[in-house]
Amino acid sequence: MPTSPSEHFDLAVVGAGPAGLAAAVTAADLGLRCVLLDGADRTGGQYYRHPAPGLGAARPDRLHHGWSAYTALADRLGVSGRAEFRGGHQVWALERTEDGFAVHVTLGPEAADRATVRARTVLLATGAYERQLPFPGWTLPGVVTAGGAQAMLKAGLVLPGRRIVVAGSGPLLLAAASSLVSAGADVPAVVEASGYLGYARRPDVLAAVPAKLVEGAGHGGALLRHGVRLRPRSAVIEAHGDERVTGVTVARLDADWRPLPGTERRIDCDALAVGHGLLPQIDLATELGADTRTGPDGAVALRVDAQLRTSVPGLWSAGETNGVGGADLALAEGELAAHAIAGALPGRALLRRRARLRAFAELMAAAHRPGAGWTGWLRPDTDVCRCEEVPVARIREAVEELGAGDPRTVKLLTRAGMGWCQGRMCGPAVACLAGATGAGPDRRPLACPVPLSQLAAEASSPE
Amino acid sequence: MTRRRTPAALVEAEPGPGHHIEFDGRPVRALPGQSIAAALWADGVLAWRTTRIGGRPRGAFCGIGACFDCLATVNGRANQRLCLLPAEPDTVVTTQEGHGRADLAV
Ligand code: FES
Repeated sequence: MPTSPSEHFDLAVVGAGPAGLAAAVTAADLGLRCVLLDGADRTGGQYYRHPAPGLGAARPDRLHHGWSAYTALADRLGVSGRAEFRGGHQVWALERTEDGFAVHVTLGPEAADRATVRARTVLLATGAYERQLPFPGWTLPGVVTAGGAQAMLKAGLVLPGRRIVVAGSGPLLLAAASSLVSAGADVPAVVEASGYLGYARRPDVLAAVPAKLVEGAGHGGALLRHGVRLRPRSAVIEAHGDERVTGVTVARLDADWRPLPGTERRIDCDALAVGHGLLPQIDLATELGADTRTGPDGAVALRVDAQLRTSVPGLWSAGETNGVGGADLALAEGELAAHAIAGALPGRALLRRRARLRAFAELMAAAHRPGAGWTGWLRPDTDVCRCEEVPVARIREAVEELGAGDPRTVKLLTRAGMGWCQGRMCGPAVACLAGATGAGPDRRPLACPVPLSQLAAEASSPE
Repeated sequence: MTRRRTPAALVEAEPGPGHHIEFDGRPVRALPGQSIAAALWADGVLAWRTTRIGGRPRGAFCGIGACFDCLATVNGRANQRLCLLPAEPDTVVTTQEGHGRADLAV
């Protein structure tokens, strides 16, 4: 799709999930001409992901919390003359220009073509991706990410198996388990590495977000009705099977996430949905040198001011990119950022809501912070990097015998993180095994895969 | 009698007419709008690639285009992410070994 040179938006919003949608419609209402870009064909992001129209779902709301918030935003976007949605537009780089930004995108799932969108300001609302910690057997077919199980269910109405263990850490597990059982799966157990006591330390913060408690209780209720067992302070320390997963071993953990010997028990299943919290997806901003902060969960997020401005002039950030906190917070921050970009004063209620939800997000992050003892469930032959098939032993050798003291050197010596996914799956584990205290910011020169032919075209293009 | 719970029953889905794709030479049913990975999952197929080094089976992991575990050869093109590609009628999918075919590898 050629971009006409005269086309210059006031605001380009990257990501059409809760934060991006709220921002685009609010900014349009406030008079800005904006373009909303997303790699997917439809708006909603991962959170409001929903069945393709051809599947004829009469009740997509049954797979969602707060579906009406989404339909209200989608309706406003549909009638807005000033906000335009462009699906199938995957942003791979932001470039600062004299009068704002050039936003570079590839088109369609095969990245067959590219385009450049120009805008005076950019709002990053790219959300998060899942943190994965490896364990023996995690590469077996049937082991899927908790978010992936949700995504395939919400978009394609399919399940990876009939009896699905849900494991890892963080609130996404309860949401995933509750939608899996509603859709007909047996979930014999939800295995959560943290306890839930962390939340109890700040009753004041909890009391300020009653909706969060209701949401938690909603998931809890669905799980109870379907006889799902919640096993806190436990982890799947191994997935069994040959061609696909046939069962898992679960063990209790100490406070540091170290498996306690003698507590193992086996659970039969034909799928495992696993995830250890979410990581902000911020590479588009860090490539421009944006300041970051490390959150209470050890995840690196963008540092923003009260107006949600990043340290890069003209670049704002809303939602998970500022630290993972869920859809309600993302909606509030999207609205807030749009006000700031439009130079409009936000209402006091919006400011208060955002502050309360942000405080809850920090509490939640602290409660599910991975303990250092998780490496206790690894074996020398456990693959850490799925793409390049690099086992624990090779990474330990790089650190202990070859003297690699940081993730980058480990990567260069072992190829861990140098494959297709560019370390998105193994990054946190490699950093931890390399002894890195606190992860560095996400840095990938390209935020998504771009065919070399397009980069070459970019280099020689006169734009 | 209660109907068995399924994802389609949950959302009261009335899909448009289905069609078939071909996976390793046999037909697999697909519903309109489903990704190839979703059609394969619905058929009970979880693996459609073997790894370069260990020859281990792999299929979809992240479901959203981030992990690249779901690569396979689609209509002769190697290294396609099946979780992103729609299952168009008559799509031909073959299990991918290692890099895919050498002459097509990227
Ligand atoms: S399943 Fe991860 S990229 Fe397709």
